[in-house]
Amino acid sequence: MLAVNNLEVVYDDVVVALRGVSIEVPDGRIVALLGANGAGKSSLLRSLSGLLDVHHGEIRKGGITLDGESVDSLRPAQLAKRGIKHVLEGRRIFKELTVEENLRVGAHAAPRDAGDNMTRVFDLFPRLVERRQQTAGYLSGGEQQMLAIGRALMSGPRYLLLDEPSLGLAPRVVGQIRDIIVEINSQGTGVLLVEQNATMALSIAHHGYVMETGRVVMDRPASELLADDDVREFYLGIGGDEERTSFRDVKHYRRRKRWAS
Amino acid sequence: MTELLTAVSIGAGNGSVYALLALGFVIIYKAMSVISFAQPAFMLSGAVLVSHLSPRMGFVAAVVVGTIAIAVVALVVERVAVRPMVGKAVFVIAIITIGIDIVVRVVAGAFVGVDPRTIGDPWGLDVTTIGGVQVQHRHIAAFVVTGLVVALLFAFFRFTRMGLAMRATALDQEAAMAQGVDVGRVFAVSWALAGALAAIAGVFASAGNPIDQNLWIIALTALPVIILGGLDSLGGAVLGGLVIGIVQAVVSTYHSTWFPFLDTNSGAIVPYVLMLLVLLVRPQGLFGTKEVERV
Ligand SMILES: Nc1ncnc2c1ncn2[C@@H]1O[C@H](COP(=O)(O)OP(=O)(O)OP(=O)(O)O)[C@@H](O)[C@H]1O
Ligand SMILES: [Mg+2]
Repeated sequence: MLAVNNLEVVYDDVVVALRGVSIEVPDGRIVALLGANGAGKSSLLRSLSGLLDVHHGEIRKGGITLDGESVDSLRPAQLAKRGIKHVLEGRRIFKELTVEENLRVGAHAAPRDAGDNMTRVFDLFPRLVERRQQTAGYLSGGEQQMLAIGRALMSGPRYLLLDEPSLGLAPRVVGQIRDIIVEINSQGTGVLLVEQNATMALSIAHHGYVMETGRVVMDRPASELLADDDVREFYLGIGGDEERTSFRDVKHYRRRKRWAS
Repeated sequence: MTELLTAVSIGAGNGSVYALLALGFVIIYKAMSVISFAQPAFMLSGAVLVSHLSPRMGFVAAVVVGTIAIAVVALVVERVAVRPMVGKAVFVIAIITIGIDIVVRVVAGAFVGVDPRTIGDPWGLDVTTIGGVQVQHRHIAAFVVTGLVVALLFAFFRFTRMGLAMRATALDQEAAMAQGVDVGRVFAVSWALAGALAAIAGVFASAGNPIDQNLWIIALTALPVIILGGLDSLGGAVLGGLVIGIVQAVVSTYHSTWFPFLDTNSGAIVPYVLMLLVLLVRPQGLFGTKEVERV
């Protein structure tokens, strides 16, 4: 199990992005992580994959454990070898390399299994087979997201961290991505899914967390979150009658309303 | 006509040296977005080391061992003096590489001695006549070996795990790290490759003549070469090197006919004039990526 305990993350020594976050990603499960812009979702994924350093960020307090062993001082290369693979926000495929070369770079952490994993990835994404020798930059947005996920799978990760995979994709493609995440998970990979598209994420997740300004404000089974009025109102846009900027506002507003009635 | 072709053959030989040096600059630039001014020192060190080794083990073995040794030196230098600076401003790192260049050059210079040293190459100033054109063996050798080295390099970047990781890192460092690429290792390998290329360049630059302490000035010609070819283009480095080498040799040959009023040979300014002309038309260099020149 991958566990984050009371994590505090700071950028440039001043910007506090996470203020005591604790979450758990059990093996073979899908965990959804929701939250508004700037809530700290990407920062949490960076902490898990060791990529804070690139952004001049660091862990101030708390820690991360993999099967009980502390891993927060490991470098990204070591974490990838241990089976934690991060699919960055915005796909970030290597545009000037071919599709196949992108996948081969994805196998960097597990070169010996590259052949088997390539077969598995092509089974999951048949569309990439035809485009194998094509320059990756010419793929459509959906295909680029598939390549980004396929690339991460090339080292057979135990945990896949997905940062907003549905961003900017047409609803039909979002549906395909969702089905693929379910498929990947059913093959045994644990998934931590960061999403703005809460309906999609909660419809496939086992468990969900809601973050706000660097804190976890809700921690429930996904089905409960999906049924929760506050979550529905704020994240799913159902039932709300005013523009609101904060999940807390929704809560206060609703509480007041309940109390007053 | 034969005069022109002879000039072209000289230019191809010298241009090969420029190409090898330029490749080193480009490889480091692609890995770290820094121009390493330490290349001239590795070039001189390579020539000096080979001159000491070849009486002992023969010329070919000396070149192989010398090249590997300089690659290791470059790798160590990167680890000790450059890696701790990663994250600092690019010009700070560039200035550090100038410091490295001076230190390494002083050390290598100490081994040049007072008597003229040669690298012990088999070519000297021997000449073969091909279709009436006199071509020096050392220029043929430089051209052929460079062709071989370039082919090996391209195969390395295309087919090997490390080569591919280096290309990926050049395109998107964070995304490469997320795949498990150790960026520190990419830096180290890029310096080792650049060191090896500079050492081979040093050998061909010294073939046929005694080693000159000022050999490193030749390495500076690789700077206009990389600007002309495009800072991030390996192909551009090779072609830019050859183009500048050949044009320079041709201008030097016809200097007194074309510019009788100039005393100093105009060949020396050719690289810079060519660079300026290319930049006026294509700001990113012949083969460079557009975004790169904005960095
Ligand atoms: N590289 C950085 N340097 C400084 N501050 C940063 C950096 N990256 C993020 N932050 C800050 O950290 C906080 C959390 O940002 P983060 O990107 O983790 O949020 P997010 O939940 O992923 O948002 P989004 O939905 O917009 O992607 C924000 O206040 C943000 O401004
Ligand atoms: Mg984000």
